Amino acid sequence: MNWFYFSSPSTFYGLAGRLAPWFFALAAVTAAWGLYLGLLVAPTDAQQGEVYRVIFIHVPTAWMSMFLYFVMACYCALTLIFNTRLSAMMARAIAPTGALFTALALWTGSFWGKPTWGTYWVWDARLTSELVLLFLYFGFIALSNAFEDPRRGDRAAALLAIIGVVNLPIIYFSVQWWNTLHQGSSVSFKGTSMHVTMLTGMLVMSFSAWMYAAGAALVRVRSIILERERRAQWVRDLRGA
Amino acid sequence: MHWSSWDAFWAMGGHAFFVWMSFGALFLAIAVELVLLRLRRNRALGSIEEERELEAEN
Amino acid sequence: MNVPSRGTYSGGFAWAMARDLRLAWRHPDEIILTLAFFALVASLFPLGIGAEPQLLARIGPGVIWVGALLAAFLALPGIFAADFADGSLEQMSLSPHPPLGWAAGKIAAHWIISGLPLTLMSPLIGLQYGLTADTLLVEAVSLALGTPILSLLGGACAALALGARGGGMLLALLALPLFVPVLIFGAGAAEAQATGLAPTPHLSLLGAALIAALVGVPAAVVAAVRISVD
Repeated sequence: MNWFYFSSPSTFYGLAGRLAPWFFALAAVTAAWGLYLGLLVAPTDAQQGEVYRVIFIHVPTAWMSMFLYFVMACYCALTLIFNTRLSAMMARAIAPTGALFTALALWTGSFWGKPTWGTYWVWDARLTSELVLLFLYFGFIALSNAFEDPRRGDRAAALLAIIGVVNLPIIYFSVQWWNTLHQGSSVSFKGTSMHVTMLTGMLVMSFSAWMYAAGAALVRVRSIILERERRAQWVRDLRGA
Repeated sequence: MHWSSWDAFWAMGGHAFFVWMSFGALFLAIAVELVLLRLRRNRALGSIEEERELEAEN
Repeated sequence: MNVPSRGTYSGGFAWAMARDLRLAWRHPDEIILTLAFFALVASLFPLGIGAEPQLLARIGPGVIWVGALLAAFLALPGIFAADFADGSLEQMSLSPHPPLGWAAGKIAAHWIISGLPLTLMSPLIGLQYGLTADTLLVEAVSLALGTPILSLLGGACAALALGARGGGMLLALLALPLFVPVLIFGAGAAEAQATGLAPTPHLSLLGAALIAALVGVPAAVVAAVRISVD
């Protein structure tokens, strides 16, 4: 199959339109399952009581905040290396959803932290670098829209995103490098100390978040394509939906 | 099911505020994003329609 | 503007640094304003929070670092803006000199007229906060290591934001998040010294970050200039 067929905005527009509903459907189904496990089935935590259930949002959104930034940076690298329009549009499509997940991770982390560790916020390594990640997303969005020529915005923001990638390992490894407030990781490739229902719920919600983000990005990129390619004949020939 | 009653579920062992502020934020954020996505799409299609009409006039 | 015809890295570096330093020498208000801003910001905190000596000694290392960081940040547009506006930046890009040389030269000049004076002035501000001599020394060393990193990272952001709408606020949104780790380790070193702990872990990390920035960031600056000029 010729994958490069879909690297032009006009062909990708149609593909994105056909794929997005599937991603949303998957997201909804797995979210329902994950919420069922997390809110209704999983047992109470011995130390934290019921409030630990926030992890079924907090961990998926935190993971996705980093993962989406990484994917965005990959599209940015493609933009700079190959000077393609569509990769820049995909990066722009991902950014707002990535920022949303980062904000949710910070918000839910605060509400988990207050009853558990006594404070809504602390300036430890992981929280601070996650906050920095939110600002990196904002900076990306602001810079990409700061120029008359959208191609200039594409490339400038792409370079910014790549410079900011160095923040991701800092967030990820911060709980190992600094022994401060945020708890250490409970999940690793070697195994986990969590109860199986809790782990399953968390993984299912993470998958749901991933599917949702893919759907949202695909829907958003369609609008971006319409905005950017408005002069093209195929856009002018579009009828309604 | 883990819960003895719906009241117990909403109460979340005394942590209702923290749990529901979190889950509520999630649902609100998703809803807002979906609405904004729809608005953006409508705006894009609308402006294309406008340009098409302008062209037809000329 | 006379770009020398010999195209070498060091030639370009020396030429650009000398040029920018000469321009700064003719218009010294920038350096004076940078230092004045530093002193002003540092005096806002005792006025706003209260001048109790114990409190000042406690917040001093951090406040000095934040003040120096903000002052260095405000000097960032000066690296490229004037040359971008009058077309000199484009001319430099077209010159036979490899851009890595003269871009690094401009960043070096920026540090000499902002970071370096701020570092040298920091002990004076530190005395106002009642910091001890060893803390003043560590503070100065951390600034000496950290402000070049700020010039490098900030220079890349300044190059990216050339000609953008949003001006200084946009530049702040881009640069300040990248400055955060530098601030944490720089102020952390001085604070460690002030509380009796060893500053060496912070300073070594800062030194490593400086080396990494010296190696990696100039290429990003060049790429950013290329994006802005094309």
